Amino acid sequence: MHIVVCVKQVPDTKIIKINPKTNTLDRRSAPAILNPYDAHAVQEAVKIRNKTGGSISVLSMGPPQAVSVIKKSVEIGADRGYLISDRAFAGADTLATSYALSKALEKISKDHPIDLVICGKHAIDGDTGQVGPGIARRLDIPPITNVIEVSKVNKEEKYVHIKRKQIDGYEVLQSQLPCLLTVEKEINDIEYAPLPNMINAARYEPVIWSVNDLEDVDKTQLGLKGSPTIVGKMFSPPKLEGGKRIEGDADAQVEQLMGILMERKDLLKLNAANS
Amino acid sequence: MEENQGVWVFIEVNDGKIEGVSLELLGAGRKLADKLEVPLSGVMLGQGVMPLANEVIYAGADQVYVVDHPVLKDYRTESYMKGVCTLAEKYKPEIFLYGATPNGKDLASAVATDLSTGLTADTTMLDVDIEKRLLEASRPAFGGNIMATILCKKHRPQMATVRPKVMKALETDEGRKGVIIEEELELREEDMRTKVLKIVKDVTKKASLAEAHVIVAGGKGLGDIQGFQLIHELAEVIGASVGGTRDVVEAGWLKHEQQIGQTGETVTPKIYFAIGISGAIQHVEGMKNSELIIAINKDPNAPIFDVATYGIVGDALEIVPKLIKQFKELSKEKGGEMSYV
Repeated sequence: MHIVVCVKQVPDTKIIKINPKTNTLDRRSAPAILNPYDAHAVQEAVKIRNKTGGSISVLSMGPPQAVSVIKKSVEIGADRGYLISDRAFAGADTLATSYALSKALEKISKDHPIDLVICGKHAIDGDTGQVGPGIARRLDIPPITNVIEVSKVNKEEKYVHIKRKQIDGYEVLQSQLPCLLTVEKEINDIEYAPLPNMINAARYEPVIWSVNDLEDVDKTQLGLKGSPTIVGKMFSPPKLEGGKRIEGDADAQVEQLMGILMERKDLLKLNAANS
Repeated sequence: MEENQGVWVFIEVNDGKIEGVSLELLGAGRKLADKLEVPLSGVMLGQGVMPLANEVIYAGADQVYVVDHPVLKDYRTESYMKGVCTLAEKYKPEIFLYGATPNGKDLASAVATDLSTGLTADTTMLDVDIEKRLLEASRPAFGGNIMATILCKKHRPQMATVRPKVMKALETDEGRKGVIIEEELELREEDMRTKVLKIVKDVTKKASLAEAHVIVAGGKGLGDIQGFQLIHELAEVIGASVGGTRDVVEAGWLKHEQQIGQTGETVTPKIYFAIGISGAIQHVEGMKNSELIIAINKDPNAPIFDVATYGIVGDALEIVPKLIKQFKELSKEKGGEMSYV
């Protein structure tokens, strides 16, 4: 089994700061991390490889410093990594990103045919979840999103069984290999990296490709040029109209609140059985 | 591009029922179509879905494209994408909206790639520039700290997935007339590389948050997991569901499926208690459409008070136990359980 995991370096949006005057992102305020969903994707690849044998490649697109998320993936247990890094890729939306990544995947598969592609459900800085299915369409393999369990991998007969999260439950699917999965966080727990992995990761230098290293690339489909969507404007979320404050000490506040709730019997219906 | 006309809504059917978000999108789509003076169409795929076509019209559509085929019995990206792309290439809509559900997002991403067009994810506001005929799809960006309006100037259709429960469905009007167009599609099961083996419904989970009448939600302001027990206690005594912020879920105080907000559940209960929640925009996105919002927080400047119908500045650890006591007494007095209409 050759599994390729697509990973992204993202700013930690929990810590990110917005300049309130300009409404722009202060990138220096946020440390760059491996997208948390992608960490689960790598961990799942490790679980599968440890059962089926084979190897894991990690692929990322980004500036040169994105090698750090590939090293992080090696720490989790990936065997090798590729970074595509070029100004030509800059400003890509999900359509252009899936195109660039699919070209890199095609190149990787020439030497090592790919059985399975795994992505995180979405990146926490974009929250779109569109790149994974986009890659699958470009490679013409089935995409399966919102995966919460890979229950069976049959490499001889080339199929997988997976559990996919749904609005009100889940479904069990069988898909031919190769296919592309996007995983939810609950699929696994990230394990502590063993020491040899950490040493490997520290020393590891991924393969870095520029746009000219890829083959049969239509450059008009890359980067900003190849992106149909643009950001028109940024604005602060509309202020919602706040309501009344309930004043007084804790007892008075609770009493007033109970009064309000008792008046809103249309919303809160007490003792329905007897009334 | 000029030949592209009309607003389309993908109608998601699960279990023989139209998903709520599809009806909400027909409401939102109606406004866009009226502004652009074009028809609003629903696109519905499935097996045995024809009887639902009228509901799509009653909810605001002028016409419904229906593909009824055994291969479409359960959602699969491959078969649905083929159906939707075939219709879009034939009839060329200029705007195409999907619910931001697991299937809607999955489908829209695949369709956008095949049609080589732009797709905006998880939109929470929609408008249209009539002169340029541009869809203005706005969504929270960077973890929800800011809104971004995304445009797709040169490609058609302009596509967006829209979060459930942020748009309003129209009142059902059974007098509305429309056209139902049945489309034939060549689909063969043996061409499908994915099979649905089993569908497992967990109705309790859905009812617990997305459809709850009363929700008690807690945040980091409760201090620790012991403090958070108050949320469970209050919820229990008033028969409410429990939810929380991303911080609380990441701290392990609650399960992932109990997270309310942009990356969790969107909820619209009758009453929403926000306790020890500061009100980060990504949380607010998920609960602001609740009917009555009661916020309890120590910080008088917490943004949650901008959203709350009633705000209590105070220590939740002091106030919530008093509230629990009051409710317990009330319930004893009335001699019965509490329930909700």
